[in-house]
Amino acid sequence: MADELTPDELLDKIDYGTDSGNWLDTTKSVQIRPGMYCYAAKPESVETLGLPNARSWNPTEEDWKLPDNWQQIIHDGIKERLEKFRTFKIFMDVCVRCGACADKCHFFLGTGDPKNMPVLRAELLRSVYRNDFTTAGKILQKIPGGQRLGGNRPLTLDVLKEMWYYFFQCTECRRCSVFCPYGIDTAEITIMGRELLNLLGLNIDWIATPVSNCYTTGNHLGIQPHAFKDMLEFFVEDIEDITGVDCTPQFQKKGADILFVTPSGDVFADPGTYTCQGYLILFQYLKEKYGLDVTWSTYASEGGNFGFFTSHETMKRLNAKMYYEAKRLGVKWILGGECGHMWRVINQYMDTMNGPADFLEVPVNPITGTKFENAKSTKMVHIAEFTADLIKHGKLELDKSRNANRIVTFHDSCNPARGMGILDEPRYVIQNVCDHFYEMPPNTIREQTFCCGSGAGLNAGENIELRMAGALPRATAVKYVHEKFGVNSLCTICAIDRAALPTMCEYWVPEVDVIGLHELVGNALILPGEKERTEDLRMEPLPGCEEEE
Amino acid sequence: MTQKYLIPLTAVFLLFLVAYAGAGAGLGWFFGIVFPYLAVIAFLVGFVIKVMGWARSAVPFRIPTTCGQQKSLPWIKQNRIDNPDTASGVFIRMLLEIFLFRSLFRNTKAAFNRTASNRITYSWEIFLWVAALAFHYAFLVVLLRHFRFFTSPVSSWVQFLEALDGIVQLGLPGLFLSGVVLPAAVLFLLARRLFDQKVRYISQASDYFPLFLILGIALTGIFMRYFTKVDITAIKEMTMGLVTLSPTIPDGVANLFYAHLFLVSILFAYFPASKLMHLGGVFLSPTRNMANNTRAKRHVNPWNYDVPIHTYEQYEDHFRDKMIEAGLPVEKKE
Repeated sequence: MADELTPDELLDKIDYGTDSGNWLDTTKSVQIRPGMYCYAAKPESVETLGLPNARSWNPTEEDWKLPDNWQQIIHDGIKERLEKFRTFKIFMDVCVRCGACADKCHFFLGTGDPKNMPVLRAELLRSVYRNDFTTAGKILQKIPGGQRLGGNRPLTLDVLKEMWYYFFQCTECRRCSVFCPYGIDTAEITIMGRELLNLLGLNIDWIATPVSNCYTTGNHLGIQPHAFKDMLEFFVEDIEDITGVDCTPQFQKKGADILFVTPSGDVFADPGTYTCQGYLILFQYLKEKYGLDVTWSTYASEGGNFGFFTSHETMKRLNAKMYYEAKRLGVKWILGGECGHMWRVINQYMDTMNGPADFLEVPVNPITGTKFENAKSTKMVHIAEFTADLIKHGKLELDKSRNANRIVTFHDSCNPARGMGILDEPRYVIQNVCDHFYEMPPNTIREQTFCCGSGAGLNAGENIELRMAGALPRATAVKYVHEKFGVNSLCTICAIDRAALPTMCEYWVPEVDVIGLHELVGNALILPGEKERTEDLRMEPLPGCEEEE
Repeated sequence: MTQKYLIPLTAVFLLFLVAYAGAGAGLGWFFGIVFPYLAVIAFLVGFVIKVMGWARSAVPFRIPTTCGQQKSLPWIKQNRIDNPDTASGVFIRMLLEIFLFRSLFRNTKAAFNRTASNRITYSWEIFLWVAALAFHYAFLVVLLRHFRFFTSPVSSWVQFLEALDGIVQLGLPGLFLSGVVLPAAVLFLLARRLFDQKVRYISQASDYFPLFLILGIALTGIFMRYFTKVDITAIKEMTMGLVTLSPTIPDGVANLFYAHLFLVSILFAYFPASKLMHLGGVFLSPTRNMANNTRAKRHVNPWNYDVPIHTYEQYEDHFRDKMIEAGLPVEKKE
């Protein structure tokens, strides 16, 4: 795109000193601007799930084609959610605006836009809540100037548009929530905000279309069953070229031990595909050595859940497939691939929404005998937990030297870090398959990790300025270890990261590759009967196998 | 923008004047008896209504913010406090949150340097935490010290607290540390709101009002104790009357005291309708007071309902031919 900002132009725009205006005004400065917003949901995608107000509309046009009673719909929607979610009610009431969250948001740090301070993102909704739902707000309405003094706003079209703009500039990463003295979680507020917007059909297409695809074809990318099988078989061919071993997976196999579900992004695009090859290699190894019976499913071929970015109900409707398929196939338990928000959903929502999973067994690793006590109700295990357990028990034969050219740092993905806490398992795996591992600075990893800037459905092409601005804090930390330790590989356990971070690296830190955890495992794992490998999964020469010039 | 703090400042000043002048005009019974009772009732009823309102709302999902390593494999060290999976872990997390403002302790300050390195740097920002802690504890000590006016004879714990608070043994009447720390902390918090651009931008009148109000309360109190040296016996007679529900208006109670009491009453009455309810909210915040063990122990959503899903059967009906052709297993062959 010709109108894309260069990194320098983007950096020039950053200023954390905010203007002196009153944020209650929906001024020109917050009008919806190309590069910062995502295109509107296509009507056919909204219709698939029967969600409200499917129509074609354009955020930059004056008329958003809302139903006549849209204010009433939002008002009733807020009221209903205040009763259904204690989080929402408390978070509307208790913020003291101490400002601790202000400079914790990657979008604020990358744009300097004051309305990207988490407190103000919440205040967009809170100002309406105070006006319409509190006694004080109702009294202040009657006094001239009272509304402004109270920071209250009636729900006008401009206020709604502002909400839309900024709730789709939040990746629900929860970093601000770590620092909030009351645990106010902006992700929760954005979730409510987007749920309300969806009542009016105000979704973005980068969320609505994956949701629609996932619902009918089983995955976000709309890969049909035969094509899904083809794609994995294509990887099988590549792996056979590299290793000489056939890693053909099983599909929909009834009575298998384990159902494996991973985000479809890993099947679809580089570098996620290499991670997917890593899974195939691991499963082949375990089948050959220990007889482990793993099946994939084309019906439940999506680990991710863009319903989570739409509404709780949509999340539940998409997530239901995992248990549905596990039950139909009669597997013992479910293994989940590397993905961020997928794991927030599984860890904090799945069992509550679609459980109890009483048709499954408490997950036990048949090879090591380890019982995954932490997953005994949901019966779904994270592949990093699974692989770490195998390595700890010495069940994997690994050749670290095949990753010797990789100087690795680990990007904690938001959801696994702050909605789960899977921090040391992937690090343990990395350290067992790689020689060189360096951490990024402490304020940028683990629970303080920075988002890729493209999560929660914002990984589109049209909002690239927003994404690159949001990625700046993460990129700065990567650049730091790149310059200091020569880090050339940014490892992550999230499919959105694998899709988003290469763009970030290209923009901010060229010369750093993005790599999935199980790509590293796949490179290091010595398959029974394999030929001498000269290439890694990217078909690049292994260390020591480079051609002499 | 200036209205945001000038109006609250003026309001507090006017409230002070109203009570000061009113008491002088013989309305002592109102400012000394009627209004304090109303304010306490408003506080108690308002507080209970608010907390009951929160408690009535459902907790559909267990969504703690995890700030450390989860419990997983036995050999991976869990962070039991920041990512608790048990009630005792949650209890400690809450204790630290409520009494030591643990999350605020993590606070950092980000700065961006538009130079060749274009680095964003983060430094530990402890001042907000220090001021917040100083403010809340000084306020607590001041509040507890005032039990001297509501117990007769004065309870020994109040005397002990006074001794601790006056440990510097400076001046006569002896200087209370809380009397220095409280206004200093309030002034710091106020200065932050006025001079830190970001905080100024987000601040509302309702953020300034309690600060000015508390400052007014502190200053009137300090003035009475150290400077005008009001008739303490008369005041105690009055406060004991209030607390034993046999209110009297003794002679010799200074107008300044009525103003002090009025501002306190305003604070009580204002409390439940304001952000000050974070006092109650912090206990109920679902991102802090829940264990991260949803995978191990099922959480039940009281309003969970069935939703339409796209079943495997519908999926197979849709794709059967393609699936058969690709050699994928199917339930029905035609």
